[in-house]
Amino acid sequence: MEKYILLRHRDVPEIDQLDVYKANDGLVAFEKVVKSMQPADVTLEVKNSGLRGRGGAGFPTGIKWGFLPNNSWPHYVVANADESEPGTFKDREIMESNPFQFLEGLMIASYAVQANQAYVYLRGEFWQLAAFLDEKIKDLEVAGYLGEKILGTDYSLKINTHLGAGAYICGEETALLESLEGKLGQPRLRPPFPAAVGLYGKPTLINNVETLTNLPLIIQKGADWYRSFGTEQSPGVKIFSLSGCVNKPGNYELPLGVTYQELIFEHGGGIVNDNKIKAVMSAGASSDVVVADDFCLQTPLAYETCLDRIKAPLGSASIIVLDETVDMAWLVSKTVNFFKHESCGKCTPCREGTFWMDSLTKHMMANESRSEDIDLLRSVALQVQGKCLCALGEFSTMAVVTAVDRFRADFETHVRS
Amino acid sequence: MNKLYNKYEKEILGILARYPAEGKRSAVMPLLFLAQRETGYVPTEALSNIAEITGISETDVASIMGFYTLFHAEPAGRYRIQICTDLPCALRGSESYLEQICEKLGVKEGETTADGLFTVEAVKCLAACHRAPMFQLQGDGEIKYYEDQNVEITMQIVEEIRHKVAAEQEA
Repeated sequence: MEKYILLRHRDVPEIDQLDVYKANDGLVAFEKVVKSMQPADVTLEVKNSGLRGRGGAGFPTGIKWGFLPNNSWPHYVVANADESEPGTFKDREIMESNPFQFLEGLMIASYAVQANQAYVYLRGEFWQLAAFLDEKIKDLEVAGYLGEKILGTDYSLKINTHLGAGAYICGEETALLESLEGKLGQPRLRPPFPAAVGLYGKPTLINNVETLTNLPLIIQKGADWYRSFGTEQSPGVKIFSLSGCVNKPGNYELPLGVTYQELIFEHGGGIVNDNKIKAVMSAGASSDVVVADDFCLQTPLAYETCLDRIKAPLGSASIIVLDETVDMAWLVSKTVNFFKHESCGKCTPCREGTFWMDSLTKHMMANESRSEDIDLLRSVALQVQGKCLCALGEFSTMAVVTAVDRFRADFETHVRS
Repeated sequence: MNKLYNKYEKEILGILARYPAEGKRSAVMPLLFLAQRETGYVPTEALSNIAEITGISETDVASIMGFYTLFHAEPAGRYRIQICTDLPCALRGSESYLEQICEKLGVKEGETTADGLFTVEAVKCLAACHRAPMFQLQGDGEIKYYEDQNVEITMQIVEEIRHKVAAEQEA
């Protein structure tokens, strides 16, 4: 019995070779859609599966596909492989080890919206990975799965990789499109949304690598099969990237709804040096800092339960574990420094807010602050919230506000009254 | 057309073929990578070459080079040792690892070794949080990951590169 749906390379050695992938039901789903399914039926099956976007937003995938208008052509599909959130390293493992399943997912999505050109936008640091994917794309072309009139049908598809060059903001989908068009990676005003006006002004579907990698098995085994995993509102499996103060950091593919407790203590091997767990962040550096009490640890990791119970979105499920030795003032100095570096500079509240939060926390770490600076830091964060074009500004404030509110004592050791 | 184009004509035509005719500008980032392949930075004259190939202004090309951290306007060491010091890596000791690497190489963060081979830089998340400490090596037109590092392993890699370069120079 195979254990994995996404990280299938852990079950099947050399699944990154096309013949091995094909011998393990690879491309069966793509062949089925391209030869015998109407595009709308592919979209319907994905809608029925309840698959939600794995990049962080959790938006229903099939519904997103349905937004592309049928009176404006051509359509484009872009795979978002810009994985840059501190704490996230799942898409990289998929592409490195199970590349064909990801590419097949991209091909299925492209057929569903009738795009003839798809791009894989990878962060520039994935330079080796892009070269590797180029080889795999070539293998698919040679075998007749990509190119003109695929498998004797009227459908044609070309896939190209495109490298970013070191900018977190390009994971935001409109900034990604700007970057792919050869411009500064700065978010666009929405609406219009990319589904209507996207790449080169054309309707564009953008899906995360992990989202796409789910598709071949959903098509092959059906929506009901997929719904047998996970929760009702968050069906299926998810890759949890576990990092920080745990004994076994890594990627864990588990059904949505697994609890923090099980993920961290059963799969992740518990806390380093048998320390006490202090807090968790569920969506990388963009997260609230949540006190890891029993209530938190019993929370099922699914889109709805994380919001309902601990008011902290599941996001990309990149869980950073923090133990009792972690100083939350230091933690915030790390996260705001990241966002200050990555702010694209377009919106003043984000550009200036991240600058001042970085400056305030630097002074705190040098023990040069007064006690009012703690409230000043929190107040700068609140002034950024809700005032930016994209979520980066918002993200920069999540840890700041929650850490000050929940771990104020950690900040007080750095200030004088 | 121009120096960059003449030097890499076939490759440049391959890059342009990836994008629709109205999206020629998309080639600007692949071309910047190409322009810095040999020297590790983008020479000033390449900016006008890229502008001519993509049909945008030289100022636009320069602003794109400045926006993205993997493009470099200034020469540095042949290899850039770029160590991630973001939160998850820092929780696994990457900050003291960076300090020790700097000490072993006799440089401060951002500086280049006396032999001109290595520049040490602290960088943002590289999507390898579970295998920290780690660094990427940018140089010779490539970017490679080195994960699960400690000072001894890294210094061994540094020595291997030094030997490789010395052997190249002898040959």
